Amino acid sequence: MKRDRTVAMLGYALVILLLAGPFAPRWAMFLTNIALCYGIAVLGMMLLMRTGLVSFGHGLYFCLGAYAAGTLEMLFGVSDMALMLLAATVLSGVVAAILGLLLRKYREIFFAMLSLAFSMILYGLLVKSSSLGSSDGFNVTARTLFGFNLANAPYERYVIYAITVICAFAAAVAIHKYLASHNGRLAGAIRDNELRVEYMGASVRNTIHVNYIISAVLAGLGGALAGISVGHVDPVMAYWTTSGEFVFIAILAGTGNVLAPFLGAAIFETIRSFAYEYSPNTWQMTLGITMLVVIMFLPGGVWSLFARARKAA
Amino acid sequence: MFSRIAYTRLAATMLAAAATLLSPLAGAQDKPIRIGLVTFLSGPAAGPFGVPARIAAEAIAESLNKGKAPAPHNSRGFAGSPVELVIIDEAGGATKQVAEFRNLVQRQNVDFVIGYISSGDCLAIAPVAEELRMLTVLFDCGTPRVFEEGSFKYVFRTRAHATMDAVAGARYLLEKQPDLKSYAGINQNYAWGQDSWTDWTAVMSALKPDAKVATSQMPRFGAGQYGAEISALMQSGADVIHSSLWGGDLEAFMLQSTPRGLYRRSQLILVAGEPNLHRLVGNVPDGTIVGARGPHGLFAPKSALNDWLREIYHAKADHYPNYSAYSVAQAMLGLKTAYEKARLEKVQKAIPMGAAPGVKEEMEKAYMPPTTEEVIAAFEYLRFDTPSGKVSMQLGKGHQAVQGTAYGTTRQVGKEIVIENVKYYPMEQVQPPEGQSSLDWIKGGMKPGKW
Amino acid sequence: MSQLLAVLIDGITYSSWLFIIAVGLTLIYGVMKILNIAHGSLYAIGAYTAASIAGHWLAEGYAPMGSYAMILLSAVLVGLIAGPLIERGLLRFMYGRDEIVLVLVTYAVFLILEDFVKLVWGVDPYFLFQPYGLLGNFDIGGLTYPNYNLVLFGAALLIGGALYWGLTKTRQGKILIAVIHDREMAGALGVNVGRVYLVTFTIGAMLGALGGALTAPMISVQPGIGVEVIVLAFAVVVIGGLGSLTGAALGAIIVGLVRSAAVHYLPEVELFSIYLVMAAVLILRPKGMFSAAEARKI
Repeated sequence: MKRDRTVAMLGYALVILLLAGPFAPRWAMFLTNIALCYGIAVLGMMLLMRTGLVSFGHGLYFCLGAYAAGTLEMLFGVSDMALMLLAATVLSGVVAAILGLLLRKYREIFFAMLSLAFSMILYGLLVKSSSLGSSDGFNVTARTLFGFNLANAPYERYVIYAITVICAFAAAVAIHKYLASHNGRLAGAIRDNELRVEYMGASVRNTIHVNYIISAVLAGLGGALAGISVGHVDPVMAYWTTSGEFVFIAILAGTGNVLAPFLGAAIFETIRSFAYEYSPNTWQMTLGITMLVVIMFLPGGVWSLFARARKAA
Repeated sequence: MFSRIAYTRLAATMLAAAATLLSPLAGAQDKPIRIGLVTFLSGPAAGPFGVPARIAAEAIAESLNKGKAPAPHNSRGFAGSPVELVIIDEAGGATKQVAEFRNLVQRQNVDFVIGYISSGDCLAIAPVAEELRMLTVLFDCGTPRVFEEGSFKYVFRTRAHATMDAVAGARYLLEKQPDLKSYAGINQNYAWGQDSWTDWTAVMSALKPDAKVATSQMPRFGAGQYGAEISALMQSGADVIHSSLWGGDLEAFMLQSTPRGLYRRSQLILVAGEPNLHRLVGNVPDGTIVGARGPHGLFAPKSALNDWLREIYHAKADHYPNYSAYSVAQAMLGLKTAYEKARLEKVQKAIPMGAAPGVKEEMEKAYMPPTTEEVIAAFEYLRFDTPSGKVSMQLGKGHQAVQGTAYGTTRQVGKEIVIENVKYYPMEQVQPPEGQSSLDWIKGGMKPGKW
Repeated sequence: MSQLLAVLIDGITYSSWLFIIAVGLTLIYGVMKILNIAHGSLYAIGAYTAASIAGHWLAEGYAPMGSYAMILLSAVLVGLIAGPLIERGLLRFMYGRDEIVLVLVTYAVFLILEDFVKLVWGVDPYFLFQPYGLLGNFDIGGLTYPNYNLVLFGAALLIGGALYWGLTKTRQGKILIAVIHDREMAGALGVNVGRVYLVTFTIGAMLGALGGALTAPMISVQPGIGVEVIVLAFAVVVIGGLGSLTGAALGAIIVGLVRSAAVHYLPEVELFSIYLVMAAVLILRPKGMFSAAEARKI
């Protein structure tokens, strides 16, 4: 078996992104930042897909994470970035643990649809909450990081970017290790044939439940980072189109490697950003055609190009 | 007696003046001022608001660049420099808009940004504009939260906020129907509809405490089907129906409710109905009360600027400009006035004592463009002329416009809808003074503040 | 009492509309196992085409009653052009791929068609309100309703009845059911599966367009109307049981009545009533109300 170079590559990516940040144009840094936030959420989606499940409602956790981070100051007067991220992951994890009790029995399109219903209910609740700004949402500021001043400091954007890069790196390494572990390998087996997994003595439902919680935590973390980076959260984060984008990116990128979601998110954000600028009237068409081309000619997603290149090397 | 510095300055001035005289199109003035314009080009808000704003902005930019606008906006472009628009679609939600805003500023290198119809986008953009030090003029969004919850240096809003919709609307209604007993509402279930209804009930319970709420219908945004809501409104038997529906939702609601005779029993008031009137001929009952958040569109008083906007807009579209066209006009003309004022002030300050006659005029032409900070200083508490009359930047520490407003009733004449019984409300009657939140001011009885 | 009557009438009208917009979706899913997101675009294109063709008809001063025929014609036209184009031009290369990939393919088609609509019709809304008022009104329980409601109701009954008859009583329908149950076996027995798919998708597209065309007289036809409809239609067919005709009818009735009751008694919850119903039904009946039991593959 070939030596696994993924962790090393992740390490290079970490160093390059951290070093390049201050020198890149600021719009590019922001674009990368947002792409990484999406990438973290899609990483969770990828784990689910490896298990054979697709959620059309992962926006639920993306939004929940963002709101958890954002309301912390309102509710408890806490606006430390580390605590905000912690709150987001804990809340997403807890909610996923509860909903997972139900969702773990569902498969295929019904899993997708029930998740969709839950995320749309959250969307409805938030739109009804005028104290949270209803559909307008509210602004989010991380004032400190581990007690050090952050807001309005000249390095604010870079620090947020760096934290996002580090979180993405940590999440990718953790998921990579997890996928190689016993539980992680069960995921693929479940996708292929549940009954056989049961006969082997493993619990399909428990594995699905655990994977669901992990993916929700990642989506919550991505959402909180996105909320802090953008500086604003709103209920659209829970709308089905957000979840649709996650699925879109995951399929675009492929599920072959933990690097793929980040690559997919970067491609997606770049296409969208430039299409917005150069063809403001047809940016959706551009995205749609890209998607069709990838599905037609690269069934394994964009990542399969890299995998092929590596095999050839 | 001249000091050495003054001599140097004078010499530089002379040189600059000479340069201007020698080249008929001075270099510094050739460089266009790039303005990012963010407005809805797709989605439901494109038709009634986004695209009229784009058409108006393009027409205004063209006309200004030719120097064809009437006084006091008759100088070419902004103080002689042509303006160039970089147009971006506002669709896609706040996250995307923040990213696009950064691109606009850092990749497209625009000098100023005018934009945002959605209140959510305005709230999200304001702190980013502050961070990037980009002078941003919010032109159409309505939520009072922008300057009541925050304080910004780089952000201006050249249009009055939404509080006046309910305040002036209720005053108008109660003058028309002083003894009404009950009212109902149909508003979309998102921030704008909810805020409108909250404001409306607050104003009504302050002005007419004994009137009862018959029912409050809250269909979701884009519902399209209003059969059940119309039945519920009919059964409520309310004297008045308040609605902040706009665009396609308003049109669908009117198409479905008018044939069912809802308005035989109930008076209708549409706080955001003006942009759709020309399309609803035959489907709006005569006597419907409509407003336009300011004396815009059909309410705009006759003036040279108003005729100019109507004419240049009509040349590009088959109808006349609606209120979002007037809002974008306010934003562009406000920015132009501030820019030119900043430039003039700077030049005046730079005049060396006792300079030779004639130099001053030449310097005014030749001086470098003002910085963003100088434009901001000129913009604060500015009063300027627009197609809708005078606008003053009075609230939000000089960053939020105040304006009077008007309401009127509709009547169909042939194939057109005209507004009659127009009543204008001065600005102190329809919006809170500095330092008070809109809702507190309403609950406190809407006492006119000192301006 | 009169309020209850209003709830029923409004509910049934809304249900009829829901059934019309959802039935094409469930048909395509039942036969082809494709959850067609582009259904929303077909709905929008149907509405735009009807507004253009019937609008032109009325503007030319032809008999106003003919506008109903024009509405039908628009739906048929859109179905006949868009259906084969999407199925032959794209979907047939995708059969056998994962269900989710197919959803994504139709999502991509949806994105493309959204901009296509904008390029063809622009962003200004279109009107076709004449057919809505042409038939007059009826009064019941102190309320006035347009007779167009009866058109919707009739159309829903007719479509449902025709599909039911077509599926159970005709040879073609029986072949279709064979394909639904076992595509490979049906193919082996000489059924031209490709043609069955083409015909099904075309009919489904036609029904989607018909939903839009029939809705056009009640609304302002504008960009974005398709998005709203997709999730609604999804909810209806998921509640009923994906791929089931009876299920779609029942799902439409439940959603329609619940929404109507919410509007009359509890307007505050209208916003998410549908999703609450959907979550509740899925929790109680994980595969919707009507769905065949499936053998687990070993």
